[in-house]
Amino acid sequence: MDLIKLTIDNREVEVPRGTTILKAAKGMGIDIPTLCHFELEGFKFHNKPGGCRVCVVEVAGRRNLAPACVTECMPDMVVKTNSMRVLNARKTVLELILSDHPNDCLQCAKSGNCELQDLAIRFGIRKNPFTGAEHTQSSYKVELSPSIVRDMNKCVMCRRCETMCNEIQSVGALSAIHRGFPAVVSTAFEKQLTETPCVFCGQCVAVCPVGALTEVDNNGKVLRDIADPAKKTVVQVAPAVRVALGEEFGMAPGSIVTKKLTAALKAIGFDYVFDTDWSADLTIMEEGTELIGRLTKFLAGDKSVKIPLMTSCCPAWVNFYEKHFPQLREYPSTAKSPQQMFGAIAKNYFADKIGCKREDMVCVSVMPCVAKKYETGREELAKNGNPDVDYSITTRELARLIKMANIDFNSLPDAEFDSPLGESTGAAVIFGATGGVMEAAVRTAYEVITGKTLPKVDFEELRGLEGVKEATVHVQDGLDLKLAIVHGLGNARKMLELIEKGECPYHAIEVMACPGGCIDGAGQPYHHGDSSIIKARWEATYQADREMPIRKSHENPSIQAIYKEYLGEPCGHLSHELLHTHYFDNQIKVEAE
Amino acid sequence: MANYKYHILLCGGTGCTASESPKIKENFINILAEKNLSEDVQVIATGCFGFCEKGPIVKILPDNTFYTQVKPEDCREIIDEHIIKGRKVQRLLYENPEDKKHISDSKHMGFYKKQMRIALRNCGFIDPENIDEYIARDGYKALASVLEQNDPKATIDLLKKAGLRGRGGAGFPTGLKWELCAKNAADQKYIICNADEGDPGAFMDRSILEGDPHSIIEAMAIGGFCIGASIGLVYIRAEYPLAIHRLEVAIKQAREYGLLGENIFGTDFSFDIILRYGAGAFVCGEETALIHSMEGKRGEPTFKPPFPAVEGYMKKPSNVNNVETYANIPVIINKGWEWFSSIGTEKSKGTKVFALAGQINNVGLIEVPMGITLREVIYEIGGGIKGGRKFKAVQTGGPSGGCLTEKFLDTPIDYDNLVAAGSMMGSGGMIVMDETSCMVSVAKFYLDFTVEESCGKCSPCRIGNKRLCEILDKITKGQGTMEDLEKLKNLAKVIKDTALCGLGQTSPNPVLSTIDNFWDEYVAHVVDKKCPAGQCKALKQYVIDPDKCKGCTACARNCPVGAIHGTVKNPHEIDQNACIKCGTCIEKCKFNAISIK
Repeated sequence: MDLIKLTIDNREVEVPRGTTILKAAKGMGIDIPTLCHFELEGFKFHNKPGGCRVCVVEVAGRRNLAPACVTECMPDMVVKTNSMRVLNARKTVLELILSDHPNDCLQCAKSGNCELQDLAIRFGIRKNPFTGAEHTQSSYKVELSPSIVRDMNKCVMCRRCETMCNEIQSVGALSAIHRGFPAVVSTAFEKQLTETPCVFCGQCVAVCPVGALTEVDNNGKVLRDIADPAKKTVVQVAPAVRVALGEEFGMAPGSIVTKKLTAALKAIGFDYVFDTDWSADLTIMEEGTELIGRLTKFLAGDKSVKIPLMTSCCPAWVNFYEKHFPQLREYPSTAKSPQQMFGAIAKNYFADKIGCKREDMVCVSVMPCVAKKYETGREELAKNGNPDVDYSITTRELARLIKMANIDFNSLPDAEFDSPLGESTGAAVIFGATGGVMEAAVRTAYEVITGKTLPKVDFEELRGLEGVKEATVHVQDGLDLKLAIVHGLGNARKMLELIEKGECPYHAIEVMACPGGCIDGAGQPYHHGDSSIIKARWEATYQADREMPIRKSHENPSIQAIYKEYLGEPCGHLSHELLHTHYFDNQIKVEAE
Repeated sequence: MANYKYHILLCGGTGCTASESPKIKENFINILAEKNLSEDVQVIATGCFGFCEKGPIVKILPDNTFYTQVKPEDCREIIDEHIIKGRKVQRLLYENPEDKKHISDSKHMGFYKKQMRIALRNCGFIDPENIDEYIARDGYKALASVLEQNDPKATIDLLKKAGLRGRGGAGFPTGLKWELCAKNAADQKYIICNADEGDPGAFMDRSILEGDPHSIIEAMAIGGFCIGASIGLVYIRAEYPLAIHRLEVAIKQAREYGLLGENIFGTDFSFDIILRYGAGAFVCGEETALIHSMEGKRGEPTFKPPFPAVEGYMKKPSNVNNVETYANIPVIINKGWEWFSSIGTEKSKGTKVFALAGQINNVGLIEVPMGITLREVIYEIGGGIKGGRKFKAVQTGGPSGGCLTEKFLDTPIDYDNLVAAGSMMGSGGMIVMDETSCMVSVAKFYLDFTVEESCGKCSPCRIGNKRLCEILDKITKGQGTMEDLEKLKNLAKVIKDTALCGLGQTSPNPVLSTIDNFWDEYVAHVVDKKCPAGQCKALKQYVIDPDKCKGCTACARNCPVGAIHGTVKNPHEIDQNACIKCGTCIEKCKFNAISIK
């Protein structure tokens, strides 16, 4: 490797050519502050507009200060990261940014989690010379969409959301508009997100350093409904929540807090605490059966059958093909997402079972996701206007709820999920990580097709955090399943383009909209660009799988029971009514008015 | 081909076009036809003559008679008198302000005497829509010789030795720029012409494109050959419709003549030019922003490196030069580097085109050798300050430049001297100010411009310039404090030090240079609440002298806001809080009783 020597803050350092000053300094324990810069290592996400100018440093021989985040180290460079000139410039730049910011930290959803607030604390900003009667602030309309709140008055033009939306997700809903002082990241013609190609993946929220992009907060509704004696509140918790919630309470990333989480939900006062893992197992039964059905026809030479089958658990992904590739909407499985399967069972089967009227049951979901909020509102996922899932809260909202309800999370005694919609398998837990749905499906499909017990439950070839993975699973003679697993919608787009060109070699494709899958969902605790947190959640997911006594969906006794007692058979008549859905052409043409 | 006895050249530039030069042309043609003179006299619409102050310009050849401020109704007289009777129309000749004598030949006029036209050589001489006229003036000869010589390195060396520096403002050596791009191997390279002229008041690029479009095409082809590009792109602002039209016509003609396209001059060099239209963003003059805009992306700069020479348009090595830079190249090749480098100063060779504007007698476009002094430009070419008032400052370099005061009047103009004096060459805007200009307002004017034109990408430029402008506004309103002045200084320095691109890094220059040179004027606004130039409306006070006021009530009756009170035949008074400083009262007062304090 080509190493170069330079001096940073009077210390010599040797770094590979191409290293930025920011990275070189970091390696020496010098923490140069940044705001716009954002790198998610291992996920090919690198936002480096060099725009905020908070990271400027002094490079000997250069006329101007240099942004450390994009300036590469050069041999014999002499860098000062904390001279008076640098500190004054940084502080002035910070004062400028704060002078065009509402500074309503006390009421801001990002308070305590805001990178701008952290900088203001770090620089001891007490008063701002650029505020006062003569100084104006930008003013934009605050938008409340079904999932995302956009308050661009707080935007600092870091462009992370724009990079995420365009380069990683290939959605193209957000970009910088206007110029000069009014410049801001927004939608085309400042349309509402619902009128844009936005799919509500919420990854813009996940990377926003400030409170410009946040989730719609449904905690008020939770408290209202729990307090209503006429309502039966049923809560379900998604797989990825249990490996991330602990972070909000100071636990190490990757802590598995399933049992404390259950206890907390009971302590908050939900009447029934159930598990989305249960309906994830149900999903495998339905989706797996659908795959086997399509595949059998396909292998028999039926040209009309749509192969590859694509998963349909992720609501942002569903939005993506409905809005961007509606012509291919027959490829994804018709199986509803686990959240919605759960809602359908809860409000039909379970409500009947406990003698509760549909209208009196409130079905809440705790999700690592903001797209799930949108999904609960889809008209076809309701009966007579009453939604199967009333509303969804994120992992972050749940943490706030727990704190508000003065529950000491760390010292909670363990509790179990309620029955009957609380029992699950390891196959369901791994739904939270990219590749998990596919692995769960393969575990079941293999045994159903061959009638034999899997020699090895773990399919390592389907695991990992690369954006596009492909694997071939030998099922039996003459049947090698060709599989692909993608996460990030930009990668999903590649798959759809292959299908469109008729060049897709796969039988089945798993798609998750968020990088890494639900573990890095937009409703999870903020990772602020530390991808080791995502990796820890990922490892915890597979650990949770290993720790489960049952690891295949079709072996879940509660699932077996509901088919026997209620649904009949997978993909049967009642299943189709309750557990399957259809998709729409929601393509959007954004035009100026 | 007809053998014409007279040629009537008339300015077809944007300014004269706006002053009815197309109508003048039509009248000439009709009257000539009426008098059966169409075979003897040719009417040609040329590019800009530069002397816009006196436009529309009509020049008669072969006797070089230079008519100024010609109106459509003057055509008959010009034909009857000049063409038919051979008598010059005296009243349309330029009048020398010193001795009031008429001057007929432009080379004897103060405005032209010290000029030296290289980039503008063909403007006002040829029909820009006729390739033959360009060829007749050595057009495409340089391209032919470069292709014949078939040694790109030799041509690049020639430019390096000539000492040509970028005319867009920063003055980077052109030969070196070409060399950097030439040495990067790639399957495709691009040569780009920056015609996104954006400095307020500057219009040299437009004039060259309108008056001599082939010189740009030829130079780009030469550049394409030298760096290894087969495609040239001209990034031109859409609000230059005439320049676009002339360029389109020229490209079409060049293609017809085989001077663009496959195997030019029978060599294996193929080259063509594509136009790309800009929406008129100042920041798109910055080369990375320009390239992004051409790619269909948001016009905003990105961090360099990578430089365009390595990763430019469509991520391919690209070379960007300004229009005026290109216009010099064919001449340098034809006349040799020794000739070119003999003009100018040690480090700035050749000439520079300036758009002379402001409180000066001869407003227009001038081309002068580097090393000429501001005094020569302002007093000889520019004919001095309007109304005989006192010179105060000259602003060069547009919104990125600074103000130069009297002490720099005898400094030779070149890239380095201007920077040393706290300004810069810029693209060549030169705005002359007299004692009635308020320097705080001047700084604010430029800041208003940069606030509007900042792309908004980096915080110092997006927010900092806005804050600078707000503070300046506060000062011009008489609400500033000494603390504001300190704030202004620090903020200006930080913006300069931290902004991402050249726009932001230079945007505080008008503030810093006026603070440096006119500190007292700032202090007067802040401490005495006075605008010494009398420009800041909020600091003006209209007062009635009770001794002179006869109580005629004219002022009170005409005041639009009812701010003047008093009874008939008694002295009136102005309510300062209500007064909007419109000046109506002064106009209406017959007794000279109202004055501004």
